[in-house]
Amino acid sequence: MNILGKRYLFFALSLIIILPGLILLAINGMPLSIDFKGGTLLEVSFEDGSLPSTEAIKKIYDQNGITDLQVQATTEGTLLLRSSELSDSLRQTVLDVLEQEAGSPVIIQKSDTVGPSIGQGVTQRAIQAVALAALAVVVYITFAFRGVPHAFRYGVCAIIAMIHDVLIVLALTGYGAKLFGWQIDSLYLTALLTVIGFSVQDKIVVFDRIRENNRILRKLDFEKLANHSIVQTLQRSINTQLMTVEFLLLALALFGGVSLREFAVILLVGLLSGTYSSIFIAAPLLVVWENKEWKTWFSKRQATTS
Amino acid sequence: MDRRYINLILILILVAAIIWVDLPRGEGQKGLKIGSFERTLNPVLGLDLRGGMQVLLSPQQGISATRQDLEDTSKILESRANGLGVSEVLFQVAGEKYILGQFPGLTNTEDVIAAVKQTGLLEFIDTGSTQLEPGTVVVTDYTGAQVDAETPASNETGQVWRTVMTGVDIKNVAVAADQGVGGYVVNFELTDTGTQVFKDHTTANVGNFLTIVLDKRVISSPRISTAIPDGQGQISGSFTAETANNLAVTLRYGRLSVPVEVVESRVVGPTLGSDSLTKSLRAGVIGFAIVALFMLLYYRVPGAIAVIAIAIYAGLTFALFKLIPVTLTLPSIAGFLLSTGSALDANILIFERLKEELRNGRTLRQAVDLGWKRAWPSIRDSNIATIITSIILFWFGSTFGATLVKGFALTLALGVLVSLFTAVFVSRTFLGIVVDFIKSDQIKKSFGL
Repeated sequence: MNILGKRYLFFALSLIIILPGLILLAINGMPLSIDFKGGTLLEVSFEDGSLPSTEAIKKIYDQNGITDLQVQATTEGTLLLRSSELSDSLRQTVLDVLEQEAGSPVIIQKSDTVGPSIGQGVTQRAIQAVALAALAVVVYITFAFRGVPHAFRYGVCAIIAMIHDVLIVLALTGYGAKLFGWQIDSLYLTALLTVIGFSVQDKIVVFDRIRENNRILRKLDFEKLANHSIVQTLQRSINTQLMTVEFLLLALALFGGVSLREFAVILLVGLLSGTYSSIFIAAPLLVVWENKEWKTWFSKRQATTS
Repeated sequence: MDRRYINLILILILVAAIIWVDLPRGEGQKGLKIGSFERTLNPVLGLDLRGGMQVLLSPQQGISATRQDLEDTSKILESRANGLGVSEVLFQVAGEKYILGQFPGLTNTEDVIAAVKQTGLLEFIDTGSTQLEPGTVVVTDYTGAQVDAETPASNETGQVWRTVMTGVDIKNVAVAADQGVGGYVVNFELTDTGTQVFKDHTTANVGNFLTIVLDKRVISSPRISTAIPDGQGQISGSFTAETANNLAVTLRYGRLSVPVEVVESRVVGPTLGSDSLTKSLRAGVIGFAIVALFMLLYYRVPGAIAVIAIAIYAGLTFALFKLIPVTLTLPSIAGFLLSTGSALDANILIFERLKEELRNGRTLRQAVDLGWKRAWPSIRDSNIATIITSIILFWFGSTFGATLVKGFALTLALGVLVSLFTAVFVSRTFLGIVVDFIKSDQIKKSFGL
């Protein structure tokens, strides 16, 4: 099985998935939830199961000077009401009027109010923390792979492939935001962290086989060696993927709830990408680096088929 | 005795201990107590799973606070909330500039929060011959406390009043029914210094107004009719039983070191919380059953070992959650699930290597040893990388008050450590023992080759 020979095909495939999603995000802006930009989220249901119409609710908010309300009905018979920040008294007013409108007592399932200042700082710091963690991982991999030539490359390629997985998730968010109104909230952040953790772990397992074969098969051309290593770990990659994803998918699909379904889908795709990128991105990148292929990228395409 | 069998006995003892810790405890049943180490052994559920309210408070804009200020403030907030009869409430400093307040089981706590978060700087100001309307915002010459930014900075009286005394000098407060008009009053008793100051001032200013101000807002403006020598006084001002009690509680526990504001509040209804919990528990059981089935069908004997190892892993992790204790929230369950994934991966790595070595014609014993030895570096290095990541995330979460990230990182790191332990200790020991009982003609069948 020659996987690495088709490496540019895989790079292209990833780009085809990632780019449109990122362009969507660039056009529509990041779909940040109130967790990051501040505001109020109310999830309510009514005792007799009735739901007032979206227009009626919009009117109630309008009358109180809140014009940016978004209403979303969930499959659980609850309403998600997202708006800019409501003060305690205003929230109470809105709930009282809602109760009259529905003619049934309102049940608050969830009520989140986040001030505008809090999210920005946290997001920025979260990115810094992940960057710091990535740096630490590069240092650690360089140390752990010190027995093989160019140990540093393994760390860098692992991180690039991890960034690939993050980009896949972001692209997915772009599509989800466009089609289903997905938002980036704190649960999303948890999913992203899970994907990052899994991704790095998976890269190291695949690289470990290259490290091991490096000692045994010294004479072999690096591309063949890397390809051989990938094929050897393929069964494990599939089984682990099947199991972790199966496990998480089931666990989370059964959680139910709109926000959790989004969480489950992001995890599914992100973890799949984590396994995919170990084989089709991280290892091919090592080969690209070994052959210094960028030198031939811009000259006529004779060298790439070697 | 063979080392493997010693390990087996140790594992059995561990399993017994895990079962004892993990068993659900009923009401009033005893937990664990060793010296000063005491645990109820009930799982600690986060507010997203049991329902309740959580608020994040921070010093008001432009006001600086040291760690000590925050600690003091959080203590006072907790005392006040307890004073108002709210049970199980918890306030703690989170990160560099936040105080996290948790009210389990409550969903309508706006009134409580409004009552506890007021700064509570009480001042007696000398307004001479002027009587001020309740609610008037004033400026005083008292500079000992940081000003409450929520009170408008406007100076409605156009004058800076002299502060005679602050709430610090109050020793005791009590709510009483007002005999005259109905309604309620707050009676107070002053400290010795306070009594002296009060006595001197009231003696010299009979006929003038001594206005009582809370957080720069007038409560009442009584006239001094006679000198008050005994340090006893009364604050009246159209209180209801509730507002009088709130004021009494505020005064009793002193003013906050820093004025605070609510920057985030989250309420999870009790049904949504328990719904998430039962669903996640059920999902966990179903997920585990499917994984167990797959492992058994695909890997046969080692698959069975993996299932036992994962069960011990899950039981041990849960026992640690109870012992430490770790608060279980949705993010921390996600961290746990991810580490379960890596525990599974460790077993799969070993078994795939084992099969490979068997295919290469090794004997079973050699294959088990080699499979383990060759799989170990990848298990070790990949898990260490995950631990490094979770340490950094944990540090980030605790420094910046991101409890979500902190919970995720903590359970992930714990889970990965436990999974390393079960891979090294449990899976390996069992594999080593099982080898003795498998005849060479059964190898193909037992290992799913």
